Amino acid sequence: MDGSAAKRSDLIFDAQGLSPAALERKHRLERDPSCRTDPMAYLPGMEVIDSDIKDRVRAAMGAYDPSRCTAADVRRALEHDRRSIEDLQALLSPAAAPFLERMAELARAETVRHFGNTVYIFTPLYIANHCENYCVYCGFNCYNTIRRMRLDKAQIEREMEIIAKSGMEEILILTGESRAASGVEYIGDACELARRHFRLVGLEVYPMNTDEYRYLRERGADYVTVFQETYDVEQYEKLHLAGHKRVWPYRFDAQERALRAGMRGVAFSALLGLSDFRKDALATALHAYWLQRKHPEAEISLSCPRLRPITNHADVRPGEIGERELCQVLCAYRLFLPFAGITVSSRESASFRNGIAKIAATKVSAGVSTGIGDHASKYGEEAADAAEGDEQFEINDGRSLAKMRADLSGEGLQPVLNDYVYV
Amino acid sequence: MPEEQDTLTLGKRTFTSRFILGSGKYSINLIKAAVEDAGAQMITLSVRRANTQDSENILDYIPEGVTLLPNTSGARDAKEAVRIARLARELGCGDFVKIEIMRDAKYLLPDNQETIKATEQLASDGFTVLPYMYPDLNVARDLVKAGAAAVMPLGAPIGSNKGLATADFIQILIDEIELPVIVDAGIGAPSQACRAMEMGAAAIMANTALATSGDVPRMARAFRLAIEAGREAYRAGLGRVLTRGAAASDPLTGFLH
Repeated sequence: MDGSAAKRSDLIFDAQGLSPAALERKHRLERDPSCRTDPMAYLPGMEVIDSDIKDRVRAAMGAYDPSRCTAADVRRALEHDRRSIEDLQALLSPAAAPFLERMAELARAETVRHFGNTVYIFTPLYIANHCENYCVYCGFNCYNTIRRMRLDKAQIEREMEIIAKSGMEEILILTGESRAASGVEYIGDACELARRHFRLVGLEVYPMNTDEYRYLRERGADYVTVFQETYDVEQYEKLHLAGHKRVWPYRFDAQERALRAGMRGVAFSALLGLSDFRKDALATALHAYWLQRKHPEAEISLSCPRLRPITNHADVRPGEIGERELCQVLCAYRLFLPFAGITVSSRESASFRNGIAKIAATKVSAGVSTGIGDHASKYGEEAADAAEGDEQFEINDGRSLAKMRADLSGEGLQPVLNDYVYV
Repeated sequence: MPEEQDTLTLGKRTFTSRFILGSGKYSINLIKAAVEDAGAQMITLSVRRANTQDSENILDYIPEGVTLLPNTSGARDAKEAVRIARLARELGCGDFVKIEIMRDAKYLLPDNQETIKATEQLASDGFTVLPYMYPDLNVARDLVKAGAAAVMPLGAPIGSNKGLATADFIQILIDEIELPVIVDAGIGAPSQACRAMEMGAAAIMANTALATSGDVPRMARAFRLAIEAGREAYRAGLGRVLTRGAAASDPLTGFLH
C-alpha cells in the first residue's frame, strides 16, 4: 500500500558488546509497550508553551488521505498561483506522480523568482556524539556501541580552523542529545568560537527551553534546526523508545521557543521513511507554515532527509521513498512555501543534489563529516587516529567545498557562502 | 539648438542612466549585462554579501565609475539598518545607502515607520539616503522631511514580476513629492518599466526580471530602450493626451463671454 506506515521493525538491531543487563532493558523497551513512558507527557524541567500549532498539525495530518486526491485536484493545484493546503495535499499525493515534470518546472520558476540562481553552501560540525536517547534508527542511540567522543574547546577550535580555511562561512553545530555530556554552556562555548571563524552559526542540538535558546542566541547562534523525525505520534512512540526525545510535544514546540528567544530562523524536518512520508511531509510543511504566520519575521527552512545506513547496522534503508518521491515532496514544499529555504544534505547523492538545486533546493552541505573530531584527517591534513568519534550515519555525497562550488557553477548556479552580516 | 542633457541627480551625483540594478539575485554575469547592456551607472549591493571573505566577492566585480548603492537588506529595525549602513561606509562602499527594513520574511514588504527613523538618522550622518517604501503619501512626505534623497516605492511585491500593482499610489507620489521617485520591486517586463517612466518616475530599479530572463544581456538592452522610450514620452507630455482623451474641438464653455 502506497505511503502506508510500515512497522519498520527492520530498523531494530542489537549491537555487539552490550552487557546482558543492557540487552535485557533494550529488548524490554522494544517488546513491551507497557514499560515505555507516555510520549505526550512532559518531563520535569521541560517548558510548556501555549501554542495550538501541534493540535492543528495533528488534526490536518489525521484528516489527510493521500489516496483520495485525484488528477483533477493536482491540475487545479498546478494552476493556482498561491496554493492552498488542499493544493499541498494533492501535490503530495500519488495522483501527482505523473505530473512530476510539470511540478518541477513550476517549482524551478518559484525558486528562481525568490532566490535567483543562488545556492548557499554550509557544513555541519559534530562536536559530540554522546546520547541519552534510544531512537532505533540512529547511529548515536544509547544502545549502539560506537566510539563516543566530546570535543573540548581546543579541539572544537582546531576543527573550525580547518573548516574555515577551506573557505566555508556558515557552520551548523551538532551534538548528540545529552545534556549531561554536552550541556547548554558547552554548546554556548562552541557558538562563541564559531562566531570568530564563521559568518553564520546554526545549531542542531537537543530541544531546550526559551531562556536557554536566548542564552545561545546571545552567544552567537543564528538559527535552530530540530527534526521532528515523524509527526505520527503512534509511530514516534514505537521508534523513540527512551530518553527526553521521547516527549513528542516538547520537541514539536522547539522552533516556536527558539523564535520567542529571538533566533533569526528555524528549520523543520521529518525523517522520511519512518512513517507515511506523504503525511509527514504535509505535517512538516504545515508546521512551518503556521509558525511563520505567527512569526512573520522568521526565516524558515525545510529539510527532507531520508534514512541512511548507520554504524553497526548497514541495512537501514529509506523504505519506499525513492528519488522520484523525494523530488515530488521537495517540489510540493516549494510550490506551497515559495519563500522558504530548502536544504538537501549529503544523505543524498551528488547527482540528486545537482539536479534538485536547479529545481527547489536553496542550500546544500559540502565537506561533510558526521563523525567527531575527524576534519583534520578528512580534509587531508593528517592521518586518521583512534581519537575520533563514530559517525551518525553514512553520507552519500563526499564532495569538498571546492568541488561543490565547481559543480554548482557548472550547473549554471551561483554558489553563495554567506548571506548575513553581524552589525 | 542643442538640447540640455536629461540627467538624474541624487545627493551629490548626477547620472545619465535611469536604470539601477537591484541586488536580489546575485550573479557576476548579471552585473556585467546591467552595466554594458542596460547602461546602469548605479548598482545595489547587499552589504551582507559584500562582507564576505569569499574569493568571488561581489565588490571585485563592480566596474569603476559605477556608483555603489549598498542596501540594508536583512535589517529588521531602524537600529540594525543604521549599523549596516555604517558598516558599508567602513567597507569603502561610499555614502549612498538604500534603506530596506523588513519584518516580514515572506513578502519582504518594507516597514515604513522604521524606514523613516533610519532615514532621519542616516541623512543626519551625511549619507545619501534612498529609502525603499510602501507607496504611502504621508510616509513619503515624512521621508522628505527626514532628509531622503529620493523615495523608492514598490511597484509590486518584490520578485513578483507583477509590474505596477501600486500604479495609482505611485502616481500620487510623483505628483506630490518634490524628490525623484524611483520605482523599485515588482517590475517584470520592459513594458512595465516604460509605463512607470511615462508616469514620471525618475528611474527604475530591477533585478529579478533580468536575472530570470533566458538571455540576460538582451533583456538588459530591452530595459534600457524601454526606460529611454518612457522617459522621452514623459518629457513629450504623452501621458496627458493618452489618459485624459482628446479635447473637444469646440469648447463646451465657448459660449461664455
